[in-house]
Amino acid sequence: MGEPLLKVRSLKIGATVYPPDAKPHKIEIVHGVDFELEKGKVLGLIGESGAGKSTIGLSALGYGRGGVELTGGEVWVNGRDILQGGIADLRKLRGAEVTYVAQSAAASFNPAKKIMDQVVEASVTQGKFSKSEAEAKARLLFAKLGLPDPNNIGSRYPHQVSGGQLQRCMTALALCPEPDLVVFDEPTTALDVTTQIDVLAAIKEAIRDTGVAALYITHDLAVVAQVSDHIMVLKMGEMVEYGPVDQIINNPKEEYTQALVSVRSINHEEKTPVEPILTVKNINARYRGTKFDVLHDVSVDISPGQTLAVVGESGSGKSTLARVITGLLPPSAGSIDFAGRTLTPDQPSRSREDLRELQMIYQMADVAMNPRQTVGTIIGRPLEFYFGMKGAEKRKRIAELLEEIEMGDGFIDRYPAELSGGQKQRVCIARALAAKPKLIICDEVTSALDPLVADGILKLLLDLQKREDVAYLFITHDLATVRAIADSIAVMYQGRVVRYGTKSEVLSPPFDDYTDLLLSSVPEMKLGWLENVIATRKMESAGN
Amino acid sequence: MHPILKLVSQRLALGLLLLIAASALIFIGTQILPGDVAQSILGQSATPEAIANLRKDLGLNEPALSRYFSWLGNALQGDLGTALTNGQDIATSMGKRLGNTLFLAFWAAVISVPLAIFLGLLAVRYKDRWPDKLISGVTLASISIPEFLIGYVLMYFVGVKLGWAPSVAMINDSMTLGAKLHAIALPVTVLTLVVLAHMMRMTRAAILNVMQSAYIETAELKGLSSFQVIARHAFPNAIAPIVNVVMLNLAYLVVGVVVVEVVFVYPGMGQYLVDHVAKRDVPVVQACGLVFAAVYILLNMVADIVSILANPRLRHPK
Amino acid sequence: MFKNIPISALIGLFFTGLYFFVAIFAPWIAPYGMAEAVGDVWEPSSAKHWLGTDSIGRDLLSRMIYGGRTTIFIATAATILSFTLGSCLGLLAAVMGGWVDQAISRFVDLIMSIPSLIFALVVLSVMPVTIPVLILVMGLLDSTRVYRLSRAVAVDINVMDYVEAATLRGEGRRWIIFREILPNALSPLVAEMGLRFIFAVLFVSTLSFLGLGVQPPGADWGGIVKENKDGIVYGIPAALVPAFAIATLAISVNLVADWVLNRTTSLKGGRG
Repeated sequence: MGEPLLKVRSLKIGATVYPPDAKPHKIEIVHGVDFELEKGKVLGLIGESGAGKSTIGLSALGYGRGGVELTGGEVWVNGRDILQGGIADLRKLRGAEVTYVAQSAAASFNPAKKIMDQVVEASVTQGKFSKSEAEAKARLLFAKLGLPDPNNIGSRYPHQVSGGQLQRCMTALALCPEPDLVVFDEPTTALDVTTQIDVLAAIKEAIRDTGVAALYITHDLAVVAQVSDHIMVLKMGEMVEYGPVDQIINNPKEEYTQALVSVRSINHEEKTPVEPILTVKNINARYRGTKFDVLHDVSVDISPGQTLAVVGESGSGKSTLARVITGLLPPSAGSIDFAGRTLTPDQPSRSREDLRELQMIYQMADVAMNPRQTVGTIIGRPLEFYFGMKGAEKRKRIAELLEEIEMGDGFIDRYPAELSGGQKQRVCIARALAAKPKLIICDEVTSALDPLVADGILKLLLDLQKREDVAYLFITHDLATVRAIADSIAVMYQGRVVRYGTKSEVLSPPFDDYTDLLLSSVPEMKLGWLENVIATRKMESAGN
Repeated sequence: MHPILKLVSQRLALGLLLLIAASALIFIGTQILPGDVAQSILGQSATPEAIANLRKDLGLNEPALSRYFSWLGNALQGDLGTALTNGQDIATSMGKRLGNTLFLAFWAAVISVPLAIFLGLLAVRYKDRWPDKLISGVTLASISIPEFLIGYVLMYFVGVKLGWAPSVAMINDSMTLGAKLHAIALPVTVLTLVVLAHMMRMTRAAILNVMQSAYIETAELKGLSSFQVIARHAFPNAIAPIVNVVMLNLAYLVVGVVVVEVVFVYPGMGQYLVDHVAKRDVPVVQACGLVFAAVYILLNMVADIVSILANPRLRHPK
Repeated sequence: MFKNIPISALIGLFFTGLYFFVAIFAPWIAPYGMAEAVGDVWEPSSAKHWLGTDSIGRDLLSRMIYGGRTTIFIATAATILSFTLGSCLGLLAAVMGGWVDQAISRFVDLIMSIPSLIFALVVLSVMPVTIPVLILVMGLLDSTRVYRLSRAVAVDINVMDYVEAATLRGEGRRWIIFREILPNALSPLVAEMGLRFIFAVLFVSTLSFLGLGVQPPGADWGGIVKENKDGIVYGIPAALVPAFAIATLAISVNLVADWVLNRTTSLKGGRG
């Protein structure tokens, strides 16, 4: 084949950082990375946040986002080192030879212009096709990507189509100029899991049919395994491992890759339900000033010391359920029994004992802690508030709690801004634990964390459950998390519980339609999974 | 009804409501004095007969509410009452002055708006380089400087020392447009400087806000030139915030006019208002206050409506 | 502590401090009395009169020092008033929500629909123009702006999960306002306080310049401009001196406020 399409040699990338109490200075975020990409092949770039994967992806377009600069090395595209040319050469490359698909299509489309105008813009401006040629190509791409009404969707504005559709339009935008290389930057991360699978299948098919090469950037190994030929694992701006998909998934050599592959493989034996500590009975709820219920006749139980996982996609009402249980949103019908008594519907009228025994942990630990309070104050306040602890007694208990979350009392005088994401979430757990609750509501507590960190949090939660005998109401959209932690499961869809029972019941057939769709949409770390699911679905719909 | 039509008519209704409420507020503002307005106007040495006469003139013997409605009703028909001090019809004496003020404000706007947008763009183009830093430094200084300082500095150096422009801005109907413009050169300059900084800074912020959007990155990654990126993608989204900025600053101009007119002894609304506040001529003050508030509310309303019209989400609903 | 203060903020701090010092100790610093006629009309600057004399032969420097005292006093008092009132109502509206918030917010919208200067002139046309009245009018009118900012800041903080966490813990309204919201709202509010102070200085100066602020024989900087403005057309720059003082005071405070604000934003963005 001779010269590869893309050849990156000892690429170094720097960025300017603006720390709060020091002068802005430059740091290196990518420390010399090498790789090659043949024509028509797909390379997956994978890593946790801060790995530098997006930055490396954008370097194929000679682009640095914000204060990012390509400081050293070579990036060869079609036999030219693009870092040597000037901005004029880069402009000829961008949008013609190399194109880009961003994570958030909603933000990446200009709200003031029609979709078609934006899709064909690069082809026309770069002189690759005439306007009518480009539009014809775009319509073909819209059809290929499975967009409804491909002949007319282009005359819509971006806000008039759904998120999943817009992400496909973005793919059409990238493929329209017939580039040699497309950089996909987490194109399905912002989508719900049932939408993700369709977009993923559409992208994969489009890549195969057009014969374009691609860099596919994601943090989800299961996703990248479906679309890539090779995978490069990155960590902190350095390459950890590079190899064919099969080898990376089934036979990873490096320890870090092994950890990534085996993530969420916690084996949790489900417990049998007993007399429940929390009973939610026939709850209906609506937001103030609206006319429609967002929860319809929701009933679930939680056994003491066990975990109920509530799973659903965005808009399923799972977080609303948490607000109803905590009393922040009084239900319009139904009742909640907790620890043998009936809870009043609104939070202000609940007794201090009710409040203490029912704690909550949030998704974004960042904003769940007052940035002006130290870890000691954050954890100490419930001790003081519920148990009247003071002075040395309080400090001793704080230190114990910090031990429990595996952090140690050295953190007692730190501020939240000085902690890592995982540490922040641990402090939030300790704050909930300080109240000695019987039930903790965990609202997507691992969703904002990198997989390995999330794993640590899940293990900690399971440990604490064993020791403290606390029950969890675990709200999540991630089925792998559910498998790892749940004893029973409630599947929610459009404000209703569509399936409810013990973990083994819920996760074994026969399934209802939605649960089937949901379960089959979760990417699995197996080669050929995507093709199998799509083939099965096609057969099923043909059978109907 | 098209949602945008609904929103715009809501805004119009709100503006009208606000205007009526503002008129009430202005009316109340002249009634809140503890004690007697007539006494306060005439001072301690006034004779009881004089006070009684003034009370009658002001209609103070009637209940406040009916006085308010007759005042508002008359004002809506263009009758703003008569001045206490010289008995002249307020609407007549105000008419010419309002024209003069608008003439001054118009030329200040004509110069400052394009200049501010141009300099705002320049600041964005050279962000964090010296033109940007210079512009933000000048802005900082200019929002800290009272209008009359700029006025007197210009009058002292340009008007008196250099003699390039008259330091007192007298105009009358018999003057040609050129002569008028020469007469108001200094006040127009001052007003321009007063609003320029604000407008520039806000324009810069508005454009930067647009330039930081993800779709600008998309456009850059399509290989478009800087000019194409700005003209095709930034500009259509920046119009609304910029028009908003312009309108808000024109509203601010209304206030600046008062001081500048006094500095340059310009026969406009501001001068008229200040003179009659000093003379405690309540009907004139109320009338002037109403007109200023109306202009201010109108400009703010236009700013609101423009941002509604420019929002693609509202223009092309789902 | 002082290492990280940028030079512009240091300059601002120095001059702000200087002006306040002079204002507080005016009677000990001023070389002559405030209303004493000690020379000819509009004498140029000399060793005896550093800034010359004013329109009726009073020492301009002394008048400036006393005038600054008046200006700074009125501006400070008005700022304290507007700030206390505005931020208390703003926080309250944000935390209470509902009709309380609606009622205060709509009323503030109404007041702000009329330009402050115009409204002040309307009110002062019937009020006796005394220093307490000036402070009251300025403070009340300006409290609307403080209200808007503090309400906006508090509303932003109020939706944070840590406030919800405190509510769920069962904390009372006092804890939520003073321990959760206020510490996080403080920096933007302090920066705003600087801007409000500048606004008050400019406002009182403008009113006095228009002859509707501090009444003779008392004087503030705006009043001194008015007294000496007729000299300008004869080429006598005495009126520029107080105007220049107003500008430098305002710029100095602005530099400090700008620094406080920048520090806040970088704190907000700071992540471990």
